[in-house]
Amino acid sequence: MQSPLPFFPEQASNFAPNVDTLFSFILLTCLFFSVLVTLLIILAALRYKRKTAGEVGSADHGNMVLEVGWTVIPLIIALGMFAWGAAVYVNYRTAPKDTLDIYVVGKQWMWKLQQPNGRKEINELHVPVNRNIKLIMGSEDVIHDFYVPAFRVKMDVVPGRYNTMWFRPTKVGKYHFFCSQYCGTNHAVMGGWVTVMDPAEYAAWLSDEGGDLNPVSAGEKLFSQLACNTCHLPNGTGRGPSLNGVYGGKVLLADGSTIIADEAYIRESILQPKAKIVAGYQPVMPTFQGLVTEEQIMNLTAYIKSLETQPVPAKGAGVAPAAAGKK
Amino acid sequence: MTVAPVLPEKHYLNETYGIRSWLLTTDHKRIALLYLFSVTLFFFIGGFFAMMIRLHLLSPSGFLLSADTYNRMFTMHGVAMIFFFLIPSIPAVLGNFLVPLMIGAKDLAFPRINLLSWYVYVVGAVFTLYSMVNGGLDTGWTFYTPLSTVYSNSAVAPAVVGVFITGFSSILTGLNFLVTIHTMRAPGMTWFRLPLFIWAHYATAVVMILGTPVIAITLGLAAMERVFGLGFFNPALGGDPILFQHLFWFYSHPAVYIMILPAMGVISELIATFARKKVFGYHFVAAASLAIAVIGFLVWAHHMFVTGQSTYAALAFSFLTFLVAIPSAVKVFNWTATLFGGSISFDTPMLYGLGFIGLFLIGGLTGLFLGSLGTDIHIHDTYFVVAHFHYIMVGGAIMGYLGGLHFWWPKITGRMYSEWLARLAAVILFVGFNLTFFPQFVLGYLGMPRRYHVYPPEFQVYNVMSTAGASILAIGYLLPMIYLTYAAFFGKVAGSNPWPATGLEWQTASPPPTENFHVTPVVTWEAYDFHNRPELGLEVPGGAAHAPAHGDD
Repeated sequence: MQSPLPFFPEQASNFAPNVDTLFSFILLTCLFFSVLVTLLIILAALRYKRKTAGEVGSADHGNMVLEVGWTVIPLIIALGMFAWGAAVYVNYRTAPKDTLDIYVVGKQWMWKLQQPNGRKEINELHVPVNRNIKLIMGSEDVIHDFYVPAFRVKMDVVPGRYNTMWFRPTKVGKYHFFCSQYCGTNHAVMGGWVTVMDPAEYAAWLSDEGGDLNPVSAGEKLFSQLACNTCHLPNGTGRGPSLNGVYGGKVLLADGSTIIADEAYIRESILQPKAKIVAGYQPVMPTFQGLVTEEQIMNLTAYIKSLETQPVPAKGAGVAPAAAGKK
Repeated sequence: MTVAPVLPEKHYLNETYGIRSWLLTTDHKRIALLYLFSVTLFFFIGGFFAMMIRLHLLSPSGFLLSADTYNRMFTMHGVAMIFFFLIPSIPAVLGNFLVPLMIGAKDLAFPRINLLSWYVYVVGAVFTLYSMVNGGLDTGWTFYTPLSTVYSNSAVAPAVVGVFITGFSSILTGLNFLVTIHTMRAPGMTWFRLPLFIWAHYATAVVMILGTPVIAITLGLAAMERVFGLGFFNPALGGDPILFQHLFWFYSHPAVYIMILPAMGVISELIATFARKKVFGYHFVAAASLAIAVIGFLVWAHHMFVTGQSTYAALAFSFLTFLVAIPSAVKVFNWTATLFGGSISFDTPMLYGLGFIGLFLIGGLTGLFLGSLGTDIHIHDTYFVVAHFHYIMVGGAIMGYLGGLHFWWPKITGRMYSEWLARLAAVILFVGFNLTFFPQFVLGYLGMPRRYHVYPPEFQVYNVMSTAGASILAIGYLLPMIYLTYAAFFGKVAGSNPWPATGLEWQTASPPPTENFHVTPVVTWEAYDFHNRPELGLEVPGGAAHAPAHGDD
């Protein structure tokens, strides 16, 4: 099935052909220059080999046209490579809207993954083919990195923040994923398999085992257990702002600036509530640092995200005027 | 045609005898030898770790070491090689020996500070060796937080303190070079008559002085976080682990240029001498060294494209990375052009010179794949990176270092090594090196992450090739160690200018007297000018020899 000395890994995502084409372009350019310089050196070595012991070379010592030429031409080629690489990268950093979101937690030395319906996996990830997948990733200890060679993508998983990564699997199959940021003793075995499935099979697999609450329900339960709901009333009359419609919109802060309410903002507001105070509210919220696990934060975030579609109260809480009118 | 050369009666090696005369010397040439012994020791320590790594990886399940031991091996390999071998190798050994000689000075500007820098290096080395035998180090040479500051169970603190201390030896050496090059050039040795080796060391000294304090601060903060629990980088204490990476690479990327720039300086000397021709585009090659030193400070975050840093930052750093590639390309083109119209001989140093161009070309060009954002997301932190930086560090810096050692060995020791053994070793090194590291490019593109003590079986073929190459490479390194040592005592007497070459260092005896020159030389010729130097005894076309170029009174 595979050649004994393979060169390219399998192409199994939307990014794989892009990365491979760019790679091949750079490779051909580099081959051209290496062969050129090597041939010139060999040519010079043959043509200008010393003939008598006392022979000296010519007095020639430079040429402005050549200098400008071999500065400007490589520069133009390099800028072309830069632009092409930038295009591929911006695409990789810009997730489309319609993603299937999967939460990923890395810890020494295992991966915990959770499907949108709450099904949990360890060192295994099941995804449907031809669907945009977004991984929302956090770490419980050191920096890890989620890397799928067949998809040509990786992203560091950094404690203290969320990193996200998206891809669209294009081929049904089973592919390695690795931790590619050195994370201590068992770094090398902190990996597993991504299984790309036919959508129907994926749906069947998802409903196969319904033991776990989905993240939104788990988050809703936590929201009342931790008494978040005593202040964050949905109608905006509580001591904290209403969270209805907050996710994805602009929030007006006490210092007059606005911020997009994304996963990172929600996470920070749970752990360091005083970092960004919503305009019109007092900094009274206690920190939950050390009281909630990464998974619980992800569940809370999932619940708050689900409130995106809830009616925004008239007293718009923290929602900035421009965003209040959206949808 | 002339009588066989004899060694001078008095020279820097036999001026005084005894341990004290070496340990308390302020002679830059003796200090260079002190550095030579110490960095060679670390080279073989680092090489031993490398051998363990390669042997272990023969089998996908790894048959030699435990996970923890393997992690210590690659970490200590990196720390020994980078901080205690590569960074000091060319500057502190060859630079120390040659900077004063090449510019016609009697010593460096601050001879006692020069000796101090060696002692500082030794103190740092002792701390790091202590950590190696007493708990080891398993953080990776990059010391990424919070792994290094919170989670590692190894002896991080003494190793970090060792690297911190050693940094000061680098700063002192850089300072000494800068002041020496500015103030102690012989009469007539203008800036644009300086050998390109000096330009390269000037650029290196700037990087050492500006960059090294940053790594010192960074490692200081990491040590405080580990020992006293102060929260700089640990997110649980409100710190930012990515901040560490910014600070670390702000030094550690320019540090790559500390390792490669001096090697480029050596190559310019070798190509000019063995092609008997002025380096093509002298001013451009000199300016390229400075450009690399300056732009090299602005590319650090290309090590962090997949940390989740802002897309705009990634774009800016990728752009600057492509810019820094240009001066290196300019150097390669100029070296190649130097060969045309030359009179080329293939003595051992030239084999290293030509080998350097080939390997540096591959090392430099593969940097484009990593500087390009689109391909970096796939090959970052894989064996592709490992192969790339070994082509620069080993194929570039070490080839340059060995080429330089062979070229100046007759000057340093007054004696010549066995030419056929030396050529054999150069060929063995070239073959062994490529067999070791070329397969790693493929491994990386196939997706094998670095720092893995076990790996999926489909990667085995390339790993076996790499290990086979490493065994050849090991022989290639042992050979010069043996025949160069032998030659230092029993080699044929070389004479003051055996190649012959044009630099001032060849105008004095081999080995040179303690004060380098009995009479301060006066320079009346351009760098690498073979045409107006009748004293070299070469056949100048048209016999256009002007007045004696060496006015010595």
